[in-house]
Amino acid sequence: MSEAFSIVVDELVKRFRRFTAVNRISFSVARGEIFGLLGPNGSGKSTTIRMLCGLLTPTAGRVSVVGFDVARDPEEVRQHIGYMSQKFSLYNDLRVVENLEFFAGLYGVKGAQLTERIAWALEMAGLNGGEELITGDLAGGWKQRLALGCAVMHRPRVLLLDEPTAGVDPLSRRLFWELIHQMSADGVTVLVTTHYMDEAEYCNRLALIEAGRLVATGSPSELKRGAIRGDLLLVECAPLGRGLEIIKRQPGVLDAAVFGAALHVVVGAADRARAELPAALASAGVATSRIEPIAPSLEDAFVALAGKRHDLGATQ
Amino acid sequence: MLGRIWRIIVKEFIQLRRDRYARFQLIFPPIIQMLVFGYAATFEVNRVPIAVLDLDHSQESRALLARFTFTGRFNVADIMRDDRDIPRLIGRSDIPMALKIEPGFAELLRKGQTAHLQVIVDGTDSNTALIAVGYVNQIATTFAQDYARDRLDRLMPATAAMVPRVTLEQRPWYNPDLNSQWFFVPGVIGSITMILVVVLTAFAIVREREIGTLEQIMVTPIRPVELMLGKTVPFFLVGLGDVILVAGVGAFWFSVPFRGNPLVLLLGTVLFLLSTLSVGLLISTLCSTQQQAFASAFFFLNPAFTLSGFNFPITSMPRAMRLITYLNPLRYYLIILRGTFLKGVGLGVLWPHMAALAVLAFALLTMGVLRFRKSLD
Repeated sequence: MSEAFSIVVDELVKRFRRFTAVNRISFSVARGEIFGLLGPNGSGKSTTIRMLCGLLTPTAGRVSVVGFDVARDPEEVRQHIGYMSQKFSLYNDLRVVENLEFFAGLYGVKGAQLTERIAWALEMAGLNGGEELITGDLAGGWKQRLALGCAVMHRPRVLLLDEPTAGVDPLSRRLFWELIHQMSADGVTVLVTTHYMDEAEYCNRLALIEAGRLVATGSPSELKRGAIRGDLLLVECAPLGRGLEIIKRQPGVLDAAVFGAALHVVVGAADRARAELPAALASAGVATSRIEPIAPSLEDAFVALAGKRHDLGATQ
Repeated sequence: MLGRIWRIIVKEFIQLRRDRYARFQLIFPPIIQMLVFGYAATFEVNRVPIAVLDLDHSQESRALLARFTFTGRFNVADIMRDDRDIPRLIGRSDIPMALKIEPGFAELLRKGQTAHLQVIVDGTDSNTALIAVGYVNQIATTFAQDYARDRLDRLMPATAAMVPRVTLEQRPWYNPDLNSQWFFVPGVIGSITMILVVVLTAFAIVREREIGTLEQIMVTPIRPVELMLGKTVPFFLVGLGDVILVAGVGAFWFSVPFRGNPLVLLLGTVLFLLSTLSVGLLISTLCSTQQQAFASAFFFLNPAFTLSGFNFPITSMPRAMRLITYLNPLRYYLIILRGTFLKGVGLGVLWPHMAALAVLAFALLTMGVLRFRKSLD
């Protein structure tokens, strides 16, 4: 195994009774890379990340983290990973500093190193002077950064984050991602799950997961370019549903789907379609208010790759 | 290893100190239960209100009924005129017992035949009824004996002197006055400790599973044994503190004598706490929410209480139930508590119960640890 990869996932399978949550997933994450697992709720992201930190035993396949097999050396692996679960669980009835001390203690951080790490974590979370606050009284963004601080008290080489920004305000999310990029610049490998498309754009590389299967991997721009064969048009028309039906029947249209209040239409040639589509719609009584070429988003890529439209939660 | 266990113990005590409800739960309910049991719980039956119906109106019937008013056990609350009053009074729960003397009572006695005193009791409160009927029996028997002797004295004094007699001489050892407090206090110590330790332990672990911190702890290099010790040692100490607190109330407030060796009680307490902690641990591995833990805890606690010999004698239970009591830690602990408090006996007498408790503690702890490891996977 090459040391260039901090995480290697090989043909990973997890079955719960008769339900296959993760179905033969393989990917590798290079040192210092920010790798995103993108997919809708229930697609198997959390199950995968839990197998990575040894909380769940795989049904088949292998996972190695910083060169150690998770199934064989779970204790060794745990020395090197930091994990934040979906609920970024802290003790709400403990003070900020008590939470940090507790998790540091479990990782065996003590003495001068402990003092230094607590100071660092408070600084990082923006909680300087707030060490005596009761954790339960903190707002979401601070709590989330404190949880990150707790998870990295022992300077892990790999950081595993399961939906770290769920339920956090947009400003805090941006701040959080800045922290993630800093850590990655310091050589920490980050694996993050998300169902936010905009967040996925912050990742160096992505794996698209759908119903337990790996659909595609690549950088966000690779995925967007690779997924759409043809040009993408934004069409605003009314009524929308009728418009979709008509457009799907037009020659030269490869795919069409509803995005918010408009349609995204994949066509063979944008210029021809821009000229022809409004007329076709008008003849069916559908009024076109806007039609123009746009750059494909990750969501377009995801829809194209997964083959059907999914509710992916918030998509700004 | 010790560092990590210590971290968890410290955290657990910080949380206990900060949780006003938990603090309250550790101190007040045990004391209040102790006071309630100490003052209110008694097996004696005193001043039972009774109604009497005398249809004979003879010197004999009046003499018999008079004995009921003099004992202090009964309080004649109503003198009825006819039968129909009985269902009314008992039905309304005004009185639990009525006495009825049929016409011809005295005549039968004078002829040397059997006369009847009818006792009607409210069977819905069978415990009180049983004890009260016992008292009635005593009074009626003494009355009959005295009546027979009187007659014999008058009619055949020579024979009367030769009639043998058996009298009962009660000598209750260890508790000469059959003081209910002395009986209840050791039992309350055991049952309060059991409830407290099982519930606290199960909740402390399930709560962490519920809020997700258990998952966060499990990804650290901590070993299951370390986590388990860290989570149970605090409740072991809390349980020990509560035994001392409640035993103190019993010994100093209710003046229940402590005649044995405190170290013997301490040994029994340690073994008992290990058993109850393990039960709490086992419950925590079966439950993912606090509601489930609450239900499961009571699923264990109620039978454990009933089958402990605290207030229902084990010897009277059917065989199957009797066998189950051997699996109940409280059964042994009660014997140890009563043995050290009232009897003042030592290990020489108590060792079989200590040994049984040790085996039980070991078995439960092993099961708890094994299941706990599994549930972490």
